[in-house]
Amino acid sequence: MTLWEIFLQQLFNGLLIGSFYGLVAIGYSMVYGIIKLLNFAHADIYMGGAFVGLIALSFFADSAIGNAWLGIVLSLLISMFLIGILGVLIQRVAYRPMLKAPRLSILITALAVSMLLYNTVMLLTHGQFRPFRTGLTHDSFFVGALRLTETRVVLLVAAILLMFILHQFVTRSMYGKAMRAISLDRDTCQLMGINVYKIVAITFFVGSALAAAAGVMAGVFYGTVHFYMGFFIGLKAFTAAVIGGIGILPGAMLGGLLLGLLESFATQIPFIGSVWQNVFSFVFLILFLIFKPTGILGRAESERM
Amino acid sequence: MSEVILELRDVETRYGQIYALRGINFQVKKGEIVTLLGANGAGKSTTLKTISSLVPASAGQVLFMGRDITYDQPHSIVEMGVIHVPEGRMIFKELTVRENLELGSFTLKNNAERKRRIDHVFEIFPVLKERHKQMGGFLSGGEQQMLAIGRALMTQPKVLMLDEPSLGLAPILVQTIMKIIKQINDEGTTVLLVEQNAKAALKLANRGYVLETGEIVMDGNAAVLIKDESIVKAYLGEEKHPD
Repeated sequence: MTLWEIFLQQLFNGLLIGSFYGLVAIGYSMVYGIIKLLNFAHADIYMGGAFVGLIALSFFADSAIGNAWLGIVLSLLISMFLIGILGVLIQRVAYRPMLKAPRLSILITALAVSMLLYNTVMLLTHGQFRPFRTGLTHDSFFVGALRLTETRVVLLVAAILLMFILHQFVTRSMYGKAMRAISLDRDTCQLMGINVYKIVAITFFVGSALAAAAGVMAGVFYGTVHFYMGFFIGLKAFTAAVIGGIGILPGAMLGGLLLGLLESFATQIPFIGSVWQNVFSFVFLILFLIFKPTGILGRAESERM
Repeated sequence: MSEVILELRDVETRYGQIYALRGINFQVKKGEIVTLLGANGAGKSTTLKTISSLVPASAGQVLFMGRDITYDQPHSIVEMGVIHVPEGRMIFKELTVRENLELGSFTLKNNAERKRRIDHVFEIFPVLKERHKQMGGFLSGGEQQMLAIGRALMTQPKVLMLDEPSLGLAPILVQTIMKIIKQINDEGTTVLLVEQNAKAALKLANRGYVLETGEIVMDGNAAVLIKDESIVKAYLGEEKHPD
């Protein structure tokens, strides 16, 4: 392969992985923006999404819908919906009673929710890897010098489509505007007649649904799922959210894509290679925390009394 | 002018162990402008926060059109038509002027009606129309106050509560804002006005109450209060320079 071909290939790979990071990062960022919580359970929500997608998909495979993509899309939507509901329930049961408690309490609660989720799935699956059978072919084709598979193209398009829909929702709808307003000033939102708890619930629904979508897509992409699959992508997505500027949605998407690209290109650096991929990401995070802690799109925020 | 729209009965509000309001009683009648006066820390802002339920009362009752709203959620009080413009305007600085106004009518489901109300606010405050795409934070202090009032009008309130709308504004702007409050009142909205600038407030109001350390120490017609030397000295005290 020529250098140009390698570049193109890594660009595509980076965008694809980055879009997964971005989808998960959005959930971290939205929740942080609205209730200032680092939702540790978010990575497990992503994992849960993959498993719900797997169950739905096996059902569709049995009922012989015929078209592999149709089954995947339906599984994706079912998983997004159910996991969205799960996110709202977690918010209602675990986080809402903690909203007025000190910040540390809710953070510990989030850790507990995370452990509860992954231990539950671990027990249910006996800690085994589960194959994610999609029935898709792996035939590749070329666009110029770029080698692609149908799966990868569809996944990338789907991820970008989801981000686009989210962006429209947040910038155009009244609920989206209320979300942004709450992250700016919660008390004043109440004086506008905004039911803050309801908007927080919607935020959890949307963030969890997007993580579930990423989970299902990861299942389709890697072909297996397991109870611990959320761990690394959780860290990466969190890194992406911080790099982009936590609490800022376009930042989460941008951070995700950027991190994906960086990792993908880092595998090409001589003597570093893919084994060092994670080290590279977190070194990048540390550099950001030192030199631009507010992230790319973030601004310095003065603490209000 | 006879129907009571808003009433407080023996309302006590505290922050932890500290009493901010020690059993206050007052009434606002439909169509009136009533002003609450007093020095810093007298409990004026707390009174408004108690009515809008941001800081719920620890004892007593808040009645709106005869209905007990003491322990209702802030957002449902807004839906009933009682709107509170907080001190310091509190506009959303990182949202555009138009988005700020749209959020004012959050409870409204009808988009055409929302647009109509925005146009109405633009009629009252033409400067907001010129700047509707700008971030709220780029507006001047006076414009931000106009935006805060405009945003409150988006709900078509029955009672408009304003907390120090003249704070930090140049005298000429204070006049403009006061004129607009009068205009809003003429269109049928009842106004409860908290002010440090007592002279400006009393010129506008029908009646006034004077608060001191969480208690009402004086009340009466604005025309009477404005002539009361002791009030002017004690609470309206910023008139030291000769007229």
